[in-house]
Amino acid sequence: MAATREDVKFLSNPKIGLRRKKYCRFRKFGIKYIDYKDADFLLQFINEQGKLLPRRITGNSLKYQRRVATAVKRARVLGMLPFVADLMK
Amino acid sequence: MRHYEVNFIVDPVLSGDEVKSTAEIIRKDLEGYGATIVAVDEMGLRQLAYQINRRSSGVYFCIEFGCEVADWLGKFELSLKRNERLLRFLTVKLDKYGIKYNDDKRNGLIGSKKRKEAEAAAAAAAANENVSAPEVVDLDA
Repeated sequence: MAATREDVKFLSNPKIGLRRKKYCRFRKFGIKYIDYKDADFLLQFINEQGKLLPRRITGNSLKYQRRVATAVKRARVLGMLPFVADLMK
Repeated sequence: MRHYEVNFIVDPVLSGDEVKSTAEIIRKDLEGYGATIVAVDEMGLRQLAYQINRRSSGVYFCIEFGCEVADWLGKFELSLKRNERLLRFLTVKLDKYGIKYNDDKRNGLIGSKKRKEAEAAAAAAAANENVSAPEVVDLDA
């Protein structure tokens, strides 16, 4: 009788080290408009210095990365996000 | 018809009435140019992320309006620029998703459930403080 995968005991959890696939949250959840007045939401796309995070980290599609960038820049003009900061998170 | 949104930050040093009248004058200005006002949103006194004109806070306003031809927008923005009561302003054209978003936001469809509940609780607490007889507030509604 062949052992099924459930029967095999692994020394360590085989799921460790498996990377989950990145996805664009705007496409996945159908968000069409990025509000530049919602500073708390935009905080997810900038780093501690207030710089925009690259697409390779956030996983945004190009279209929405452009819109995020515009929204962050508008929020900066309105004084909702800083242009430069130290340890803002 | 195109929809636009003008945001402006009013100097917090002014008294409450002066702040209100500043916003009212701008609203009347827009109407004078032939724009139809969709909504006036007063976001209240907020902390700025950095100092503007040596102020660290400001009163935020946002007016959404629609108009057919916005050839007067340059003139309007010039008047905002000359307005010494304003710290900053920003005019933005809304696409169809932006219009829908603003509509939904006004009807309370936008925002996480948790945040909305927290806001409702805060509003209820404020209402209880103001009214001597405690009101029954239905949180589920």
